[in-house]
Parts: sequence; C-alpha cells; structure tokens
Amino acid sequence: MSSLSRRRVLFGGAAVGAGALLTACTSNDTSNNAQVNTNSGNENAAPGEKVVIGFTAPAADHGWIAAITNNAKAQAQQYEDVELKVTEAGSDAAAQRAAISTMIAEKPTIIVMLPHDGKELNAAAEEAMRAGIPVVNLDRAFPSQDAYRLQIKGDNYGMGLAAGAYIGEQLKTKGVSNPIIGEIPGIDSLELTQERTKGFNDALAVYGFKVANRRPADFTIDGGQKAATDLLQALPRMDAVWNHDDDQGVGVLAAIQQANRNEFFMVGGAGAKSAIDHIAADDSVLKATVTYSPSMASSAISLARLIAQGKGMADLVELQVPKEITLASETITKENAAQYAKLGF
Amino acid sequence: MTTTETAHVEKRAGRERRRLDEGTIRNLGLLGVLVILVIIGIITRPELYSDPAWVRNNVLTILQQASAIGVVTVGMTFVIIGGGIDLSVGAIIALAAVWSTTVATQSFGAGGMIFTALAVGVGVGLVNGVLIAYGKLVPFIATLAMLVAARGLAAQISGKQTQISESSVINSIATTKILGIPLLVIILGVVVAAGWVLLNRTTFGRRTVAVGGNPEAARLAGINVKRQTLLLYVLSGLCCGIAAIMLTSQATSAQAAMANLYELDAIAAAIIGGTLLSGGRGTIIGALFGVLVFSTITNLFAINNLPTEVQNMVKGAIIVAAVLVQQFRFSALTQMFKK
Repeated sequence: MSSLSRRRVLFGGAAVGAGALLTACTSNDTSNNAQVNTNSGNENAAPGEKVVIGFTAPAADHGWIAAITNNAKAQAQQYEDVELKVTEAGSDAAAQRAAISTMIAEKPTIIVMLPHDGKELNAAAEEAMRAGIPVVNLDRAFPSQDAYRLQIKGDNYGMGLAAGAYIGEQLKTKGVSNPIIGEIPGIDSLELTQERTKGFNDALAVYGFKVANRRPADFTIDGGQKAATDLLQALPRMDAVWNHDDDQGVGVLAAIQQANRNEFFMVGGAGAKSAIDHIAADDSVLKATVTYSPSMASSAISLARLIAQGKGMADLVELQVPKEITLASETITKENAAQYAKLGF
Repeated sequence: MTTTETAHVEKRAGRERRRLDEGTIRNLGLLGVLVILVIIGIITRPELYSDPAWVRNNVLTILQQASAIGVVTVGMTFVIIGGGIDLSVGAIIALAAVWSTTVATQSFGAGGMIFTALAVGVGVGLVNGVLIAYGKLVPFIATLAMLVAARGLAAQISGKQTQISESSVINSIATTKILGIPLLVIILGVVVAAGWVLLNRTTFGRRTVAVGGNPEAARLAGINVKRQTLLLYVLSGLCCGIAAIMLTSQATSAQAAMANLYELDAIAAAIIGGTLLSGGRGTIIGALFGVLVFSTITNLFAINNLPTEVQNMVKGAIIVAAVLVQQFRFSALTQMFKK
C-alpha cells in the first residue's frame, strides 16, 4: 500500500472517530413520556402474591412499538409484586416463536405478548396456555379462542370510521358537495391497514363521499414523504386527506410543506406527541388525529397482574377480568388536544 | 511500436467504439421507454397534462423523487462495475441520517450534521472495503452483515425514535430552488456528472473497469486491486452519506427504518442501465435512466390511482426484460468477435 493510500485510510478513520466523538455523549431524548396508571386510590393495586410476567414484542424501530415496550416496563414498575421479564421478539414470527418457547420453559406466571402476526403466533400461544400459563394478547388478534386468556387491542376499523366521520362532518359543514379525498395508509399488506381502510370507506359512504386517490407508505417517515409527494402530484386540488399513521406523518407533513399546499385539511392516526402538538398549535394542515394508543400495553400489564392474582376489575360485577377488551378510537382535535397531550407517545 | 502491437491496439480501440455504441443504443432505448411512459400518462390523464404549470412541476417532482436513490445508484454502479455488490446502502443511509440527527450532533449545527453524515457513510464504506479487499470476505456476505449491523446500530443510537431535524439549513435543502431547479436535483446532477467523469475520464475509472472485468489480469497489469476495491466501497458509502442528508432534508427527520430496500432499487436501476452484474461493464448515464424509469412509473401509477402492488409487478417485469435484452445483445456481440 502506498503512503498516499495509507494517509487516506487514516483520514477516513479520523473522520469516523470524529463522528463518534460528536455523538459520544448521545443522544436523543428517548421518550420519558410513558403512559402509566399510577394507581392512586386503586384498591386492586395493593400488593398481593408475586407475579412474574413474561413480555415479548417485536423489536421494530417504529415509534409506536417502542412506546409499547416502554409503557409495559413503566407500568410494571408501579407494582411491588410484579417482576417483568422482557424478551425482544426478533425480526419475524419464527424468531418470536422461539422466544416464546424459551419463555414457557422458564415458567412465568403469565405471558403478555404483542405478536408479529396473530395468525402466525396462534400455535405458540396455545402451547403456553396448555402449559398452564395464561396469555394476554396485545393488539393483533389470535384466530383461536383457546390461544388467549385476554385479548386487548386497538380498534382498527373504528379508527378508520372515526377518521372518515370527522372528514365527512367537516366537509358537510363547509358545504363541499363533491370533495376530493386522499388516503395514505401504512403497509398495505397488513390486515390492520385493510381494516382501517374499510372503516374509512364505510364512514365516507354515509356522506356519499369516496376516496379519490390512495398511496400507501410503509410506516416510515421517508416512505410517508414519498407517498404524500405522489398523492399531491396526482391531486392538484384536494379537500381532505387521512394519513393512517402519525410516525410516517412527520414525512407526510414535510412533503405537504415542500409542495406549498394548504387548501385541504389532514387527519392523522395513532396519536403521536408530535401530531398532538401540531393540532394544539394549529400550525399545519393537520387538524385532527384518531387514537390507537400504545397505552394498551400499560393496561395489559395491569390486567395480566389481576388475572394472575385472580382479581377482577373493580367497576365490573364480574369476579374475573373479561376475555376481550377493545379500546375505543377517539378523535383528538384542537379542542381536546390539551387533555390528550399526556397520552402522546 | 511493432506492427502486431499497433494492430492489437487498433483492434482494442475498435472494440471500445463498438461497446460505446452499444451503450448509446441502450440509453436511447431507455429514453424511448421514458417517452412511452409519459405518453401513457398524457393519454390516461389528459386534463392534468393540459396544464403546463402542472407538467413542469411534475417533471421536477419525478426528478426530485429520483434524486436520493439516483445518488446511491451512482455509487452502486461503480461497485458493480468493479465486480462487487453493496447490499448495505439502505442501512448506511439510515445510520448516517440517524447519527447526524442525534441531539448531540445537531448541537454542532448544519455543518456538523453534514460532516457526520458523510463521515459515517465513508466510515462504513471503509469497513465494508477492508473486510472485502483485505479480509477476503465475499462482497455479498460482508455487505449483508453490514446491512443488519448498521440498521441495528441506527436503532440503538436513535432509541427507536424518530429523530426530528431542528436545523433550518438542513430542512431547507429540500425546498431550495436555484433558477427554478430544486437543489436536490442539482445535487443529483453534480453527482452524476462527477461519476461520469470519474468513470470515463480518469485512471480510477479505467482501473475500476479492469478490476471488475478480470481482477487477475488487472493485478498482472500492475493495478493495486485491493486498494481499488476498498476505494469503490468507500465511494459507495460516500454516496450514501450524501443521500442521507438529502432524505433527512426531505422528511425533516431521520429514523432507523428509513431508506428501506434502497439496495434493491439501486441494484435494479444499475442493471437496467446496462451494468453487467458480473462486473467490468456499465455506464453512469444508463444507471440514471434506470432510476428515472422507476420514478416515472411510480408517478404514472400515482396519477392514475393504481395500486402499488401492480406497480411492483411491472418493475419486476422491466428488470427481467432489461437483463434478457442485455444477455441477448452480449451473446450476439461475443459471436461477432469470434468471427
């Protein structure tokens, strides 16, 4: 190697070193805004027998999934009698199946899982149930009844319904008779995306409206930016748009700003903190978002503890925790944004 | 110079010329594909195409959508011509973008962010290059490992959160226009021009072709094959660093999951542009056309509200068709030389 190239290599190394130094004291503020129930005045929270909860969720780099795990950890810390064992589920269903097998062997009192895909993880959950470990499913439903003790999830269809109803109502109030409506879903092959779209179309149909153009993104910000750029190009004039996911919404808003467009309004999805901030400040086309809150992870931990301890939910007559809980999708607008600010993730 | 040597040189020059013609024909073909796509657009959405302002805006949009992936493809084309492959480009972009948008880096301002993105790109390219050239790892394996590792590191650094870019300088790159042309498109133009000069007018370019065509012959001809290979991956990493800044600016933020599947798009564009996957042959202009064909198809599908899954099928078909044409031409060409 000539001295010249050695110098180049050294320079390259120095450049990386400098980059490392720049961020040695990293990093960003990893959400300390976890959503927990502090249980003040909740008799059910009184310490009981010790519960070991095995928890597994995909290691996705998506803000919502990150919030799920953060919430579960934060909620578990609220209880003296709960020990949370977190296992990251890897990158696909097979990896999560392996993680669950290992978990079953360790015999936790109860398992809480957010499956990569409910259908694919159904058998693994049944195995745990047969081994006498109750399973709490988060977010993605199992097809078999005997695969879970409790299923707690968001309402994807209801989310679409809420977004469609808000858009329909706004346009009706404005007196727009033949509106041009756009839609930016997330990953199109997921069942949850299809449910959201169905709810959206059903709600719009009530007003006699329909979607003019639909460009799927992939739950990433740059994917959202691209999809929105394409959508705006295809619809030179637009009245409203629903973007399914607030994480990709950062990119969607960037594209809208870059195209200098503001003749329409936008509704988001999930209820990210950045989206709620925009709605409260009323500084962009984003006027509302429909919730799909990762707070369901906190609730899942609380309920798993109750199931393990054989307690019921205080407000219900039933002595046991119910089998199915579906959260309602709420609509956050400027009027109630302050109230929801603490639930943003 | 003896007569045989002269004859040999002349014969080689003739071959070069014919190869050049081959590239020109292919580029004209791709230009034809682009024209056909535009005509389909005009036929299917005449009301949009009848507005000159919209058409102008649409051309700029297509170019803008092609800009970041175009920069990556230039680097990828060099790597492939040099006989390698870089599967880690998407992951390098994500890592560079995430690293340059951490709070610590952002405190150094836009300059610090740009420096970090480029340094991370070059640094990761350097690691790839060292592993492949000196560690004798197969490029496919080394860069596949880097794909996984770099995304992992990006997720770690970002805490799996979206990193918002607070720098107005960075964010305004995507909105700045110079003489009506978006800055992103100008950056693409500069990178393509630099890539063209580097490949066609410098020793570096000639060495790249030689190393990719026949590494053993290149070594015997006195070319430092290892160093050349190393530099190609560094070049690809640098392109990823540039693309990372462009994407961060467009999305005004960065994320560990960004630039998803860019490696496949870049490889596909390079191949459609006439780059031989086994190395030794390829053009920068062809690769640019490859990228433009893809972004024009996306645009065509968007303005007609057609589902993206069909779009992916069309993209697949185009890749297969391009490679079939390439094989046919190439075998026809070798037949010609045999005679």
